[in-house]
Amino acid sequence: MKRLSVPALLAVLFAVLVWASQTGALNIYWQSVIMFMGVNIILSSSLNIINGNMGEFSCGHAGFMAVGAYVSSVLSVALFAKSAAFGQPLLPPSLAVWFFPVILLVGGLAASVVGLLVAIPSFKTRGDYLAIITIAAAYIVKSTIENINIIGGARGFMGMGSVMNAMENTANLPWMMVWVFVGTVFSVWLIRRFIYSTFGKGVDAISQDEIAAEIMSVDTNHIKLVAFMVSCGLAGVAGGLFAHILGYVNPGSFTILKSTEIMVMVYLGGMGSLTGSVLSAILVTLLMEALRPLQIIKWVVIPLVLVLLMQFRPEGIMGRRELADVFPGLRKFYKFKG
Amino acid sequence: MLQSLLQNILNALQWGSFYSLIALGYCLVYGVLLLINFAHGDIFMVGAYIAFFVCTFLLGKFGLIPGLPGWLVMTLAVPLTMILTAVVGVTLERVAYRPLRRKGVNRLYVVITALMCGLILENGNLALLGASRKSFPTLIPTHVYHFFGVTVTNLKLMVIGVAILGFLLLQFIVSRTKIGMAMRAISYDRFAVPLMGIPADTVIVFTFVLGSAFAGLAGIFFAMTYPVLDPYMGALIGWKAFIAAVVGGIGSIAGAFAGGFLLGFVEIMVVAFFPSTFRDLIAFSILLLILSIRPTGLFGVAKSTKI
Repeated sequence: MKRLSVPALLAVLFAVLVWASQTGALNIYWQSVIMFMGVNIILSSSLNIINGNMGEFSCGHAGFMAVGAYVSSVLSVALFAKSAAFGQPLLPPSLAVWFFPVILLVGGLAASVVGLLVAIPSFKTRGDYLAIITIAAAYIVKSTIENINIIGGARGFMGMGSVMNAMENTANLPWMMVWVFVGTVFSVWLIRRFIYSTFGKGVDAISQDEIAAEIMSVDTNHIKLVAFMVSCGLAGVAGGLFAHILGYVNPGSFTILKSTEIMVMVYLGGMGSLTGSVLSAILVTLLMEALRPLQIIKWVVIPLVLVLLMQFRPEGIMGRRELADVFPGLRKFYKFKG
Repeated sequence: MLQSLLQNILNALQWGSFYSLIALGYCLVYGVLLLINFAHGDIFMVGAYIAFFVCTFLLGKFGLIPGLPGWLVMTLAVPLTMILTAVVGVTLERVAYRPLRRKGVNRLYVVITALMCGLILENGNLALLGASRKSFPTLIPTHVYHFFGVTVTNLKLMVIGVAILGFLLLQFIVSRTKIGMAMRAISYDRFAVPLMGIPADTVIVFTFVLGSAFAGLAGIFFAMTYPVLDPYMGALIGWKAFIAAVVGGIGSIAGAFAGGFLLGFVEIMVVAFFPSTFRDLIAFSILLLILSIRPTGLFGVAKSTKI
């Protein structure tokens, strides 16, 4: 009974969200806010692997998100929608429902391959230089996208809306909500498994002391490679979801500001705390929506929040603790086998 | 062919001068504090804006002293801009970096703070002054000289001259004066220096003054060369100047200077042979390559870690 408590809770939440979106109990605005919460949860918890658990400093996460967004958008439009760029759909649009998770995963895989751009230099460099490399990678991705004309260059790329419509014609459900929920649960589950595995212990060892870890026979290069690829791949999945929620992507949405947003979530939640990054993603999304009327001042307030956070509580909301450390009573529900 | 090559080389020298001036500031702060001052590009932007306000304040019929000639305004504006930009840089150090340094927190937090301060400067500027671009007043009439079919403006020569002079001045300060010696000492061992009776904080403030003043210098000349200012002009140039500093080997002044010119050459040559949208792409790719092959840059010395 206890073992099933978390899946049961998630199932209830899932049912409530789908029902509320289907009947219109949640209006479109709140639906989109909840979907962005899901995307942000994926982004912040995946960046937390690198910035929190591994103790590196990656500030180009939006670049990998852009890779995933573009790859999955281009795939879904080319396969299931009529478009000016790719002509007739290659497959009947009724198959879109079945292939959509595959498309998301392919986007994630592409992003993790681009993550090699960062992972390979990270064998040699650490700290500040790696930060520069991540930013350079994000810029490279962005300007590459801007230079490819077939996917619209700097003008952006659209057409994902018709794929969504095709899904809703197949089965009348709020599909985007379903996929965001599934993607978020999958990502958090994967990251949790990763962190508590032997690999995760290796990541922790690297963050404590890389040289000592190397001496204690931790294969640091391998672990860095895997950690970066998992993190970037999940960012790609998040990007794919983001693109399909909006129905439109352009390279301008994946700038340093987006990376900053994700970093704010990670550091507000606490470095290396998965629960913290999930909580802070929810909080920051609400904060962003609350600050939306301020327009440009928003981008003064958000960095300021981070600066003040660094000054007065650098460990964030949770520090390195999980929810189970704060409420030990929860432990019996969260037990891992082994 | 030869003429266009010469012309390109001159353009590259001018473009590289800006990079060098900004890269020198990066290099100074990094050399002393081992901190990448991510806000430096935005301090350059602030410098350009300060130059704009100083010049419009002094120039014209309604200026402070009506009817000042342009060259006089320029000679007044350069030191004023440098001083005011230095004030901005030192304020940043006081408000954001020093408390963190005092607490002795992880260096990562300082880097994040720097990055965020840069964003605050950019967007604060946008919020305060609006998105309309400011056009910089013309201070000195442009003279065009022709040598062997190559055109040179007096401004171009001035920029290149200023960059070289600035580099020599910095080299002199760091290698020949007492405060320069203190700077080198701090970068060598930050914990032993206060024990020797050297006021470490004063030296760090002086470093920020120097670096920011150079950013201001770059700002005013940049504004004179390309007289359109916008709040985001510092971001990309700052990044690239940092790339220049890294490519040269961060922490070595000659390296930063050479790296700036190298990057200038690369970019101008890319624009000469490829479509101009490839410029950033190739610049950043070169950075990745260099860092993958030589993590310490071209002039850098590898540090060994004691276990």
